[in-house]
Amino acid sequence: MVATLIGVTRDWDLAEECAQDAFVKALEHWGREGVPRNPGAWLTTTARNRAIDQLRRAAAGATKEREATEGTLAAMEQAEPTSPIDGAPIGDDRLRLMYTCCHPALSVEAQVALTLRTLAGLTTGEIARAFLVPEAAMAQRLVRAKRKIREAGIPYRVPPSDALAERTSAVLGVLYLLFNEGYSASSGALVRHDLCDEAIRLGRLLVQLTNGEREAVGLLSLMLLQHSRRATRLDAAGALVLLEDQDRTAWDRFAIAEGLGLVQSFPAREPAGPYELQAAIAACHAGARTAEATDWPRIAGLYGELARVVPSPVVELNRAVAVAMADGPAVGLRLVERLQETGALAGYHLLPATRADLLRRLDRREEAAEAYREALALAPTPAERDFLTARLDQSLAG
Amino acid sequence: MRYIMLICNDEVAWEKTPDDVKAANSAEYETFMGEMGGRNVLQGGERLRPVADATTVRVRDGKVVTVDGPFAETKEQIGGYFVVDCKDLDEAIEIAGKIPGARDGSIEVRPIWEM
Repeated sequence: MVATLIGVTRDWDLAEECAQDAFVKALEHWGREGVPRNPGAWLTTTARNRAIDQLRRAAAGATKEREATEGTLAAMEQAEPTSPIDGAPIGDDRLRLMYTCCHPALSVEAQVALTLRTLAGLTTGEIARAFLVPEAAMAQRLVRAKRKIREAGIPYRVPPSDALAERTSAVLGVLYLLFNEGYSASSGALVRHDLCDEAIRLGRLLVQLTNGEREAVGLLSLMLLQHSRRATRLDAAGALVLLEDQDRTAWDRFAIAEGLGLVQSFPAREPAGPYELQAAIAACHAGARTAEATDWPRIAGLYGELARVVPSPVVELNRAVAVAMADGPAVGLRLVERLQETGALAGYHLLPATRADLLRRLDRREEAAEAYREALALAPTPAERDFLTARLDQSLAG
Repeated sequence: MRYIMLICNDEVAWEKTPDDVKAANSAEYETFMGEMGGRNVLQGGERLRPVADATTVRVRDGKVVTVDGPFAETKEQIGGYFVVDCKDLDEAIEIAGKIPGARDGSIEVRPIWEM
């Protein structure tokens, strides 16, 4: 409903205010008269009338903004009243809103905050807590972003086809950032399921609204498959549990079934995008009944493809891990050492942590201990530090 | 909506540019302005003399203080500007991307504060 109101008023604050008013009126009115036949349409019409009222009042007062306001009023009165029940027009509004919230002229932090506020409906306080910033600072961030949309003329629409692919990948990037913030929160608690749930819900919405855009489907399946392991990633004491040690019977079977179904629907002959490839990798893990049954050569091949589509040292590191599992730790270690020489991942704790693990498996204990110490100094969360400390003690004791 | 597009380039690098490249650059600006003229979005624009020719003026305690040079020393300097009137920020970004200076410098797109 807020999306529809923004669509006609072009005023984000007015839209939110009128939507709230409509809910208050609904409580009074429905209590007396009973719930109308089409409650969604009732709410939208009430909010819309309230917005027209407000704009009329503004038009009567100010002369400077008169022209703009009257233009908006005319647009509103021409616009077909939309019903949230029949879906389509509302859907279009939400899609427009998604592209507007994720416009590259806004900072990434603002894009994420706006998406959570206007599309997921989280309160400013909830968003502030999710990103560990004071509520006043988050409120300020939202105010600035809405002002920029208005004053800089950021359009409220789905971009034309020549810009669509690039802008869709910006929307996907925001959703994945949101998911990852929940999946491995940058500080404090290791997993925040609420953010993951929101990202998945919005991913599902994007798939529906874009009629199954390939990378949107790829991202949704990737998130579903990763999220399916949520119950097993930490033990009772809050310590990190490695993929190979996780209780696979506790993985979310419904999420895996949905995710695998989507992965199987990928067109096989066309070159895959980065989210599709990552989903295919996650599917190799989710589909393996035991850690030993994992198809590592296939995973190594998929990482190779991913490195060609999006060259990145982190992808290379993951490929090295998969190669080590497929062809032995010595082969993997050579790849990791070559990566280390480039210096591209300096300061990233998973580089020495991976090297430590491979050295441990090659029984080169002193070198392993040294690499664990290096990783420990860089690890950002307490759970990861605890895990590395335990491994370091093992390599010293053995 | 109206926007100003501030063209920011490294003047020192420009000075060292060979003459034939400078001539080609001027021709590109002619083409750009021709295209924008045809679209009826261009409201104005000028090329600026280098910052060596700039004078900065401030009034402090009622006195006019004049200093040689730009108001701030930066690696890139504003070398020119266009004023365009177009539909929205997306169109402004599209236009900014066509300014030849965007390829070796940067274009700051600012909405004009309409009074």
